[in-house]
Amino acid sequence: MSLPLNQTAVVGIGQTEFSKHSGRSPLQLAAEASRAAMLDAGLSPSDIDGMVTFQRDENDELELARSLGIPLLRFTGRAPFGGAGSCATIQIAAAAVASGAARAVLIYRAFNERSGHRFGQPGSYPAPGQLDIHGSFGLDTPAKIYALWYQRYMHKYGVTNEDLGRYVVLARKHAATNPAAWYYRKPITLADHQASRWIVEPILRLLDCCQESDGGVALVVTSAERAGDLRQPGVRIVATSQAHSIGGDIMFDYYRPELEDFEEARVCTEELWRQSGLGPRDIDVALIYENFSPIVFLALEAHGFCGPGEARHFIADGHGELTGSLPLNTNGGLLGEGYIHGVNNLLEGVRQIRGTAANQVVDAEHVLVSASRSNVIFGKL
Amino acid sequence: MRDQDFFWEGVRDEKILVQRCDACGSLRQPPGPMCPRCQSLDWHPKAMSGRGTVYAFILSKHPTRPDDAPRLVVLVDLEEGVRMVSNLVDVDVRDVRIGMSVEAIFRVVDGATLPLFRMARGA
Repeated sequence: MSLPLNQTAVVGIGQTEFSKHSGRSPLQLAAEASRAAMLDAGLSPSDIDGMVTFQRDENDELELARSLGIPLLRFTGRAPFGGAGSCATIQIAAAAVASGAARAVLIYRAFNERSGHRFGQPGSYPAPGQLDIHGSFGLDTPAKIYALWYQRYMHKYGVTNEDLGRYVVLARKHAATNPAAWYYRKPITLADHQASRWIVEPILRLLDCCQESDGGVALVVTSAERAGDLRQPGVRIVATSQAHSIGGDIMFDYYRPELEDFEEARVCTEELWRQSGLGPRDIDVALIYENFSPIVFLALEAHGFCGPGEARHFIADGHGELTGSLPLNTNGGLLGEGYIHGVNNLLEGVRQIRGTAANQVVDAEHVLVSASRSNVIFGKL
Repeated sequence: MRDQDFFWEGVRDEKILVQRCDACGSLRQPPGPMCPRCQSLDWHPKAMSGRGTVYAFILSKHPTRPDDAPRLVVLVDLEEGVRMVSNLVDVDVRDVRIGMSVEAIFRVVDGATLPLFRMARGA
């Protein structure tokens, strides 16, 4: 038995609250979110036979399966590249279902990245006393590491930190009306953004950085045919792709010839259009992974929503508003809602197609969820 | 054993070494076990001139140790065509420009010799 990838669907979503101090173990967060996703779908633990996450998840598949009472896993898989692999979970799960390797796949991500190990803080890299071609020169936080390549983009196109701020204001505006967002009812102004302290001068201020969050999220993927028998309307996986170029690196992505051209995101998107027959104008909502605000600008251009160097005008002109031509990060994004490594954006994509999002876009038929190097288009079944 | 160990052996001798493939002659950076161009495992370290240009820079103001001074972190494009991470010293951040010429120097930082860069003389 095998199916085309677009004959697969997301049938369940679940999450915990997004907080700064969950008060429970990451495994418990994973289990709570996973149980909620199974209940949402109307599936029981014995229906789940596959499990997918991505690099740097501290929750072991077998421990989670045991916690949930899943009797037998027949398929597991993990994507590379941290958060940029968040949408690759969908590709892996869909491929497993389409090939017949699994009947129903649980995707999960859960951690205490604020109350537990704070990935964004210095001190954990490089290993003490060990010389390293990156770490020994002071590149000890993701903000510093990523700012070096964002600077190339800003330099080439004359993008200022204030331009970035206009996106952050938008993300926080959307978070302010999303009750699940950490920054619910806490919008900011551009002046607030510009008054926040420099984290990496002259690139990133505090409010350009994603949150550090505690929380867990999960989704269930199965065949479109089976989705018809389940509790919720299924959300079709219309197209899904990954792209990792030869120069890429999860953190120190410095070895591609020109860093201001986001080649992976461009190639990845072309594959989505090829699979689906759709184009940028067919996308009703875009949910774009942002560990830091500049990535939204690079991704908008690489996805073809605007031309090279035009993203700052695209944002300033209001295209990303709920009433704009491309409602953007309607949940508040990872800056506003919470940073569950981008998987929370997948849940928002599902809600937009179901019509149940807090900031629902009317008649959303196609949603792009982008982690730049992995992407998915969701649609109606 | 790490693939970058040869680099630090070179730094102890005040050299910037990059792997050069014995089979096809291409340079590769960052360090790795196999030539991405021809898949040869045979290579020798080649010393770079130490001359290059600034490709990107940041001022790292929140150092790992609270008593550390801010550091200028740079991507340097070496004239041989490879890129490396380093620090730029003896210059104010306001005077740093993308594309400006730099040259390598070696200094002891926190007890270890590091390959650093400064503005090229006459630049």
